[in-house]
Amino acid sequence: MEKSVIGATFDAPAVDRYPAPNAGTQRWIAALGLIALAVVLPFVVSKYHVFELTMVMIYAIAVLGLNILAGYNGQISLGHGGFFAAGAYTAAILMHRYGVPYWATLPPAALICFALGVLFGLPALRFEGPYLALVTLALALATPQLLKYFDNWTGGQQGINLTKPLPPHWLVIDRDRWLYLIVLAALLLAMRIAANLLHGRTGRALVAIRDHPIAAAALGIDTARYKTLAFGTSTLFMGVAGALAAIVIGYVSPEGYNLFLSLSFLVGSAVGGIATIGGAIIGGLFIEFVPNLANDISDAAPWAIYGLAMLLFMYTMPQGVVGSLGPWITRSMRQIRAQRAAFAGGDEEHDGKGRTS
Amino acid sequence: MTPILELRAVKAFYGQSEVLHGIDVAVEEGGMAVLLGANGAGKTTTLRAICGMVRREGEIRFAGTRLDRRTTEEIAGLGVAHVPEGRGTFIGLTVEENLRLGAHMRAGRAEADLQRMYGYFPILAARRRQQAGTLSGGEQQMLAIARALMMAPRLLVLDEPSFGLAPQIVEDIFAIVERIRSDEHVSVLLVEQNARLALDLADHAYLMETGYVVASGSAKALADDPQISRSYLGY
Amino acid sequence: MHELLQQIFSGLVAGAVYASLALALVMIYRATDLVNFAQGEMAMFSTYIAWTLVNAGLPFWGAFIITLLVSFLGGMAIERVVIRPIENAPVLAAVVVTIGLLLIFNSLAGWIYTYTVKDFPSPFPDRPLFGALTTTRDLGVIGVTLVMLALLFAFFRFTKTGLAMRAAAQNPDSARLCGIRVKRLLAIGWGLAAAIGAIAGILVAPILFLDPNMMSGVLVYAFAGALLGGIASPLGAVVGGLIVGVTENLVGTYLIASQLKLTVAFALIILVLVLRPNGLFGTAIVRRV
Repeated sequence: MEKSVIGATFDAPAVDRYPAPNAGTQRWIAALGLIALAVVLPFVVSKYHVFELTMVMIYAIAVLGLNILAGYNGQISLGHGGFFAAGAYTAAILMHRYGVPYWATLPPAALICFALGVLFGLPALRFEGPYLALVTLALALATPQLLKYFDNWTGGQQGINLTKPLPPHWLVIDRDRWLYLIVLAALLLAMRIAANLLHGRTGRALVAIRDHPIAAAALGIDTARYKTLAFGTSTLFMGVAGALAAIVIGYVSPEGYNLFLSLSFLVGSAVGGIATIGGAIIGGLFIEFVPNLANDISDAAPWAIYGLAMLLFMYTMPQGVVGSLGPWITRSMRQIRAQRAAFAGGDEEHDGKGRTS
Repeated sequence: MTPILELRAVKAFYGQSEVLHGIDVAVEEGGMAVLLGANGAGKTTTLRAICGMVRREGEIRFAGTRLDRRTTEEIAGLGVAHVPEGRGTFIGLTVEENLRLGAHMRAGRAEADLQRMYGYFPILAARRRQQAGTLSGGEQQMLAIARALMMAPRLLVLDEPSFGLAPQIVEDIFAIVERIRSDEHVSVLLVEQNARLALDLADHAYLMETGYVVASGSAKALADDPQISRSYLGY
Repeated sequence: MHELLQQIFSGLVAGAVYASLALALVMIYRATDLVNFAQGEMAMFSTYIAWTLVNAGLPFWGAFIITLLVSFLGGMAIERVVIRPIENAPVLAAVVVTIGLLLIFNSLAGWIYTYTVKDFPSPFPDRPLFGALTTTRDLGVIGVTLVMLALLFAFFRFTKTGLAMRAAAQNPDSARLCGIRVKRLLAIGWGLAAAIGAIAGILVAPILFLDPNMMSGVLVYAFAGALLGGIASPLGAVVGGLIVGVTENLVGTYLIASQLKLTVAFALIILVLVLRPNGLFGTAIVRRV
């Protein structure tokens, strides 16, 4: 009963509402095609591009974490780089100090960041708008300072050097392509979890909170619990992304986790579309490639070009690429389908049933 | 007499949806017209359309000027003073500051006008240094009307001045509106739920329903029409 | 005791600068519900303009006035060109636009003036006062800030435009009905904020030395000051800025090594905000319905 009420009142966000009901199989085929493409991709591009694409996927996981918070919970964080750093240092310290194999550092990084996120999220619930911005900004600024301060653990200013992990000996591929595949697997898993979270009961509750906090409370949704959970989940994603980044780059240092990193994630989220899953990949692409592109355009003032790109995206697509183009694409797709149906089924069949091909 | 305000086939929109479907309304020079109708009939929207606060189509003429292409600020400058739904007082500013804002567009000092307003509404003089938010509902309504008059308007647009006020205060306010109408030579367009009171004061009335004007005529004719009285005005 | 007073004084000097920038943030926030993250970089850029003018041989106060005028016009232009197109965009888009603006100004300053640190002249002589409790230069900074505050107060309290700006910030629809051209006032507000920021930049430049990243730290403390005072309260912004300046200085001197100064100062500020989520002066307006 309660579920149906929620489902009727608070639908999934606009972007996910559009696919036609019988498009399920098509979507699966399309998804499998994309995954196959992603698996083949590293074997047709150069090694350096493989590294870049790996970073794109890592950033995408991080942006996905921010999307859960910003898009579905109505909270904007300027400081999630702090949790990215926590994940990175967890992995680095475990590998460097205790000789833990790289793959085994991911679960502890995830857990620690989830716990940190819940701890941070509890007081963060009291803040809104600019106040939340300040609190998260403080986190972003404190991160490098704290990393330098606790130098017996973090190696201080020097940071920690790591040896890049080798692929299993029975696999005849090189290190970078192996890491690419691992990160790809992590990204797919993260997207899957995010989709489940957001289409299921929990997700609808989160959307309800975002759009109608008072109504959500009236429906008996425990706002505080879901908000804390959302915060923890988003920081869990951050932690995993950070750990992967440490493994792939093979180096951590305080200055790599400054305010700029946190802001980059936020920009990636806004550019991709904050209420979306696919937008995270666009965000990852933006974070990884636009600075380089800006540098190519003007090596004198690259960040001015980067800033202009941000402005340009926000003016043309204020809801982000997926948020702005998504509805438009699905609408055109539906029109094409309807036209096809009209051709196949004659004039009286406009409802899509005539589409047998 | 020529109308000071004339609406011809005016439509208004909220987003994509049309909420006024081509209405004709006129206010005579020096006259008082009232829009009646249930909630959601489009009365407030009509006023908002006149003042350019919603997207609108059709022809709106005010003293020979077209209003339908102009912005809210320009329309105010032409001499249309709109007291909006909920009064629109600046609750964080003092009573006197509110009144001075009414004279914003006019050059020169507004002292004489201020004194005249304090003459109409002595209570405002007593509270001139107080924050408007601390006034009672009736006092805030008086402040809103006084602020509108500070604009030295030719047309006063009032959106439900009786809303949420005790009957005695409503009568006081309407008595002052009557007096102002003759003293200040200002025409009035009124939206009012209290039909009996409004029909007593106005000389012309329009009955609205779901975005259409369904009946119009002299206030007396409308008040005397038994069918209209029974089905719309509830007496 | 003497040392404590000394520290409080130098905290007040920093606090005066934070207060100025906090005031600029509050003005924009009240008018547009937007935290302008680029406010600090705009101030930094203004300071470079002043530096250029002084280097071109202009007397200090002449350069000062011209810089304020240029900043005022620049602020208006930014509102018109950059901010107005996103009036109705989602919050995140607006945040990203101000961050983009921040990057653009920072990068442009680095490109035009390079990242080398520059000396910036102070108009005040540097002589100790009151038994080395403070200096004439520090008093000059505080004095300029106080004069600016008094002028701003008078502007908002006694001029027609100032009154209209307060009205437009409070209730834009009603302001329009009074014939007030709200959009133009919004641009004037951005202009004023930019000019106030320019004053903050010029005051702090002799102390911090001028480089493109000079204002990023100042912005963060100013932001904290604005929120501590209550983001919608100009008086709160000033008091909040001063409190942040003194707190930061005392924490750095007495509590902890300077490498964690910012972290601890922020922890304290956030603690206050947990206890008073609307800031010290952020009380609602008295209202009867």
